[in-house]
Amino acid sequence: MLSANRQEASRHGAYWLIVLPALLMLALLYFVPLGNVLLTSVTDPKPGLQNYGLLFTSTSVQKALVTTVRIAAITTFFALLLGYVVAYAMRAASTRTQRFMLVGVLLPFWISVLVRSFAWIALLGTQGPLNSALVAWGLVDEPVALVRNETGVLIGMVHIMVPYAVLTLYANMRGIDVGLVAAARSLGASRFQAFRMVFLPLTVPGLIGAGTLVFILSLGFYVTPALLGGGKVLMIAEYVAVQINDTLRWGLGTMLAATLMIAVLGCLWALSRVIDVKRLFGA
Amino acid sequence: MSEPLVRFIDVRKSYDGKADAVRALNLEVANGEFLTLLGPSGSGKTTTLTMLAGFEQPTAGRIFVGADDITHVPVEKRGIGMVFQNYALFPNMTVGENIGFPLKVRRMAGAEIASKVTRALAMVRLEGLADRKPQQLSGGQQQRVAVARALVFEPRLVLLDEPLGALDRQLREQMQYELKHLHERLGVTMVYVTHDQVEAMTMSDRVAVFSAGQLRQVAAPRRLYEEPDSLFVARFLGESNILPGTVRERRDGQCGVVLNGGQTVVATAVGTSEKVNLAVRPEKIALGSAAAGCINHFPAKVVEVSFLGDQLRVRLEALGQEDFIVKFANAPGHAALEPGGAIEIGWRAEDCRALGE
Repeated sequence: MLSANRQEASRHGAYWLIVLPALLMLALLYFVPLGNVLLTSVTDPKPGLQNYGLLFTSTSVQKALVTTVRIAAITTFFALLLGYVVAYAMRAASTRTQRFMLVGVLLPFWISVLVRSFAWIALLGTQGPLNSALVAWGLVDEPVALVRNETGVLIGMVHIMVPYAVLTLYANMRGIDVGLVAAARSLGASRFQAFRMVFLPLTVPGLIGAGTLVFILSLGFYVTPALLGGGKVLMIAEYVAVQINDTLRWGLGTMLAATLMIAVLGCLWALSRVIDVKRLFGA
Repeated sequence: MSEPLVRFIDVRKSYDGKADAVRALNLEVANGEFLTLLGPSGSGKTTTLTMLAGFEQPTAGRIFVGADDITHVPVEKRGIGMVFQNYALFPNMTVGENIGFPLKVRRMAGAEIASKVTRALAMVRLEGLADRKPQQLSGGQQQRVAVARALVFEPRLVLLDEPLGALDRQLREQMQYELKHLHERLGVTMVYVTHDQVEAMTMSDRVAVFSAGQLRQVAAPRRLYEEPDSLFVARFLGESNILPGTVRERRDGQCGVVLNGGQTVVATAVGTSEKVNLAVRPEKIALGSAAAGCINHFPAKVVEVSFLGDQLRVRLEALGQEDFIVKFANAPGHAALEPGGAIEIGWRAEDCRALGE
């Protein structure tokens, strides 16, 4: 028994040896720069928390933060709404259709965010097919500004986020016994009552999980707001890039990066208090 | 039998348009009756229940509850209570909320719901568990919650789909008794689906036997056992010795049958078929001197004796068959049987049924 344990331990040791290079690389390429960022945020231009003080005093920083949170929140709302409908339809569909739909959901993952953003610019622009159609049908007199503003950013971001919402919600919905809805109806509940009183409450963990995931990912968006916002919608990630690349205020940039990271970790912690994160993401 | 509550009229159900899951079903359930649908899996008993509940629509035919044609009435408008095999309790609600659910969707006032839930909990002996979550209860307790939930809105009809299938044997026997007791006390009509014939026999007023999508026979348990009118029922319910033969003459409800081995047996006539299978229950066979007084008696050889505690089961070689079974109670003074020994066997014409193909 003892020798078996020791063998077991040495086998574990061997596994660790295999993972070690990867771990070292991660430590070197991930944690060292991250530490550097955190360090810079409290040392540049001089030691102290004055960079973090800007969170409370600088209106431009506050504006970027508010914009970021607002856009992330609206994106989350619409991604959940659309994602819920798609996931619900997928769950109700036949196995064949389900597979087909899943491919449809996963397909956008294979296309670069950059390409998708340019595609949206082309689609939503004043000369784009959507505006041309709207004008041609007489629904509007002149092209609507759907891009190079916050609307454009939201459309692009929701498009990118819906698959994340669908996959998380679908995983959650698949775990719900179909018989429960049938039971509710046999006990006198209408379709809507059965949905509202039985199905919807059971998908709340999925909604919380998908919502947190989408919100966290939305906070750090860079390419989509930069391209579809036309420089008018400044979210945190772009704000950071400007500080690092253009104004060279590294202290401010790293402080915002650190703030974003802490906010994300905070969200994850809050999520872990409410639901089993491991199970939600299928670990 | 009083006015029927449920009537199936020429009901047929096909899922794929080719094979019939249920066909030519005509069945009545009396008001206040406990009727069991019994059959092997795939026999159509569950399909029949789901059509009555409203989860499936018949391909043809009509279903009435009372005077109302409910064939196309949606599930939630039928007002039928249902207990599912896997309980189907709502995990997001407490036990009390689960039981109150049918009342809540009927927009009953909160205070009235509370008092009815309390009464329903008492009825299934789960007082004080209203605030637990279903997951915190044992299987038997969960089943009781499901029963309370199906009864709380006082439906005329309650359907039970193998409700005891997931419980262990002891608990199952106890729940059988409790369900039967509830049925007697409330006077509600119950339609029960099971593949367990002992369960069907103990609980039911009548049993409807299904096989291959067809209703074979509906009768009280005793009648079904003693007077099966098909080979399937005779074999499916309990044990039968089956002897193939040909009818030679019929008189006064009895018939003389010549077995394939040439022996003649006097049996109770069922149907008009020439080619018949005689069915004799193993416990209806007399042995030794008692056999001599029977109208049918034949020599046999003991092959094997099994001691089952309360009874003995003997395998004999008789009438050209090697597995002719006789059972008798382990009572004082029963015949001593040794493998290889010769013995006389006999049975009455009333205990032997000539069943058509």
